Amino acid sequence: MNNEAQTPTESQRIVDIVIAGLAKRRRAEMRFRFYGLISIIVGLLFLVLLFSSIISQGYTAFVYTNVALDITYDAEKIDPDGSRKAEVLASGDYDSLWKASLFKLFPEVTDRQKKRTLSSFMGSSAGQRLRDRVLAKPALIGTTERIWLPVDDSIDMLAKGRLGNEDELSEKLRDSQTWLHAMQAKGLIHKALNTEFFTNGDSREPDAAGIWGAVTGSAFTLMVTMALSLPIGIAAAIYLEEFAPRNRWTDLIEVNINNLAAVPSIVFGLLGLAVFINLFGFPRSSPLVGGLVLTLMTLPVIIIAGRSALKSVPPSVREAALGVGASPVQMVFDHVLPLAMPGMLTGAIIGLARALGESAPLLMIGMVAFIVDVPTSLSSPSTVLPVQIYLWADSPERAFTERTSAAILVLLAFLIVMNGLAVYLRKHYERRW
Amino acid sequence: MEKSTLLLLILLLSIAAYYCGSQKARRIAGQTEGRRLHSLPGFYGYYTALWVALPALVLMMIWLFGEGPIVTSGALASLPPDVTNTPPERLSLLVNDIRNIAGGSASGDVDPSMLAAADRYLHLERHSNVLLSILAVCASMGGCHFAYKRIDPAFRARNKVERMLTLFLIACALVAIFTTIGIVLSVVIESMRFFQQVPVTEFLFGLKWSPQIAIRSDQVGSSGAFGSVPLITGTLLISLVAMIVAVPIGLLSAIYLSEYAGPRFRATAKPLLEILAGIPTVVYGFFAALVVAPFIRDLGAHTGLDVSSESALAAGLVMGIMIIPFVSSLSDDFINAVPQSLRDGAYALGATQSETIRQVVLPAALPGVVGGILLAVSRAIGETMIVVMAAGLSANLTLNPLEAVTTVTTQIVTLLVGDQEFDSPKTLAAFALGLLLFLLTLALNIIALRIVRKYREQYE
Repeated sequence: MNNEAQTPTESQRIVDIVIAGLAKRRRAEMRFRFYGLISIIVGLLFLVLLFSSIISQGYTAFVYTNVALDITYDAEKIDPDGSRKAEVLASGDYDSLWKASLFKLFPEVTDRQKKRTLSSFMGSSAGQRLRDRVLAKPALIGTTERIWLPVDDSIDMLAKGRLGNEDELSEKLRDSQTWLHAMQAKGLIHKALNTEFFTNGDSREPDAAGIWGAVTGSAFTLMVTMALSLPIGIAAAIYLEEFAPRNRWTDLIEVNINNLAAVPSIVFGLLGLAVFINLFGFPRSSPLVGGLVLTLMTLPVIIIAGRSALKSVPPSVREAALGVGASPVQMVFDHVLPLAMPGMLTGAIIGLARALGESAPLLMIGMVAFIVDVPTSLSSPSTVLPVQIYLWADSPERAFTERTSAAILVLLAFLIVMNGLAVYLRKHYERRW
Repeated sequence: MEKSTLLLLILLLSIAAYYCGSQKARRIAGQTEGRRLHSLPGFYGYYTALWVALPALVLMMIWLFGEGPIVTSGALASLPPDVTNTPPERLSLLVNDIRNIAGGSASGDVDPSMLAAADRYLHLERHSNVLLSILAVCASMGGCHFAYKRIDPAFRARNKVERMLTLFLIACALVAIFTTIGIVLSVVIESMRFFQQVPVTEFLFGLKWSPQIAIRSDQVGSSGAFGSVPLITGTLLISLVAMIVAVPIGLLSAIYLSEYAGPRFRATAKPLLEILAGIPTVVYGFFAALVVAPFIRDLGAHTGLDVSSESALAAGLVMGIMIIPFVSSLSDDFINAVPQSLRDGAYALGATQSETIRQVVLPAALPGVVGGILLAVSRAIGETMIVVMAAGLSANLTLNPLEAVTTVTTQIVTLLVGDQEFDSPKTLAAFALGLLLFLLTLALNIIALRIVRKYREQYE
């Protein structure tokens, strides 16, 4: 400002001040940079922690401990009257077969308490498996064979080392561990792929609980969501971007859609409960209602993504189409839409992936019920994978923690596939103008 | 015929109609020299197909709404009058029973009169389906005939088809409006019924929340305590913890990514951070309950602090992690929107990069960042699964993050999950809480979106 008044000594003084401050300012610069880097690292660390804790908890659920037992199909126990009729065979006491085999394996167990502990060594499906074998092949009765049977879930946890060190175990479990070690030494223990986890519905018993019911429910729900939200979302995006006149009404719709995208998902659940279930009388807990609620939730996402995909198609394409005599509708459907489709689908897949992981609104419409049967139609009661995770996470049994983590891994795998598909679509089909 | 088969049949009929229509148009075009068709032959096909499908579909819609009551009343009429002479709630149970028997899923002994009613129900349903099928096919044929006859070179099929299409597009765009109206109506109506039983002032300013008492009607104050203040403070407390975690981490990483990081680092770190946003909230809830909450409790035990195992700190911390990418990607947008000329000006004056960011870029981006943070707050308030799984159920009025608090969303879930009678204040309270939540987040969203929009225009 007053350059003329500045004497050489004064400007020298300013330079000195600046130089004196440089080191400090440099340190401040480095510090600031460091904070930025640290916060990214912290964010990524959380990601790693999340994944590693879930993977380390869950990967063991994909295998299950089996024991090789010499089972004698004692006719007295399973076919007392010797008629070999299916209904008699079906109600036989198959649990006693493996119990007898276990007692034979450990003749030193005579104490009543310990015998009872040994009697709970095998899982609830061991007897069922024996029954299925006999029903399929009645000739087995009276013979002896060595067969692999699943242990109880607490024993499975024990075998996987999930229950802590030896001195923390209860007396019962310590006994079981001794037997387990004895069998391991004889080579009677092996871990097989846990097929029941993938093929069963829910169960109160961790060893019989599987995700198939929830996966089917999720598939049905997502089918409804996709069938409705994709056409409606794309149509709404086309209307708003290409045909709508700019007036107060379309402004209102626009503000509305932006707001809906930010409404908490649980509020959509309240809407589903009040309108679809109480007003329209649709069946509770059904994939139909779940799909409808998720459709309303996903629509704003699909519409917003669809509009930006349409916006990215250059006006020259539109003008060229109109110039050769296409009507506005023909221009949009024959020229603009095909070019915008990959972008629209990318947005739609991301929206659907979010719907697949959503659980809060589905709790409201009763998809949280305990359902054993695998759903067979859009109106049969069912649950979905995220809600199944929530239900299992609430269960106190140690084995359910493992199942929960494994179910999460399955859910994450689905989400990775869907998002990967979206990335692929974007990379390979989206045109840059 | 089942309704799904009928739907398939109508679809097949309209495909056939498309071919007939377009073939006739082509034939006419071939015969009449000199007179050209107004539209492409395909449009005549679409026109015929529309006339086949629409009348039948409209008929089906009407049928679906009317059929239920008629069939059930027919089934009920076959029951002895003393059974049906009950209040409406009992009657709907009865109808449910009949449906179950008819569906073959009834268990135990079934009353013969009920069995007869179920028989009657099935009978009526079958008749109704047959009647519907006949009428629908007739309507289709009628429509087809009408449209087929109108095919003519002068007929403007394209305009008609395009008009129908535009109407469909408008209807789809209106779904968003109807969703909002549906949300508002459903929460407002149920809330009104709630406020008839519990005064608004008690709900808004009451300091005690214990809806469980409402089950026992013989007690004094049988309506329970429905003061929402502890829920709101709990929600805000957890959101505050979440924002304390998310805002610095999110903002600083956005600054680093957009101002310092090289393109390679940015291309890897940004998508990795955004994975955090794609993880389902139920996974975060599980993570909070299984890993974070016990860790914080043990940490508290080591340092001599009394930390609840459902502390607000654990839920808030995990919610903060979830929101990091949200804050960072929004801030990233706004920091990138600040024109380079502002930075260059600061550099020219001798400012270091961090000084430029702190004193020039951030103030310029501030309104947008604040808008983004408000959106994040609204998301934190509405977040459900993390708090349901990791926060407590007891409504403590406290500001101590080490204690267990409950939130609005947690209470909605607890009130509505499981068996419920629809008229009890307990169930209705959930809708009142829903209204509160909706209004709270709506206000935040509107303010935030307005700030964001206004700011975006500034530099464009």
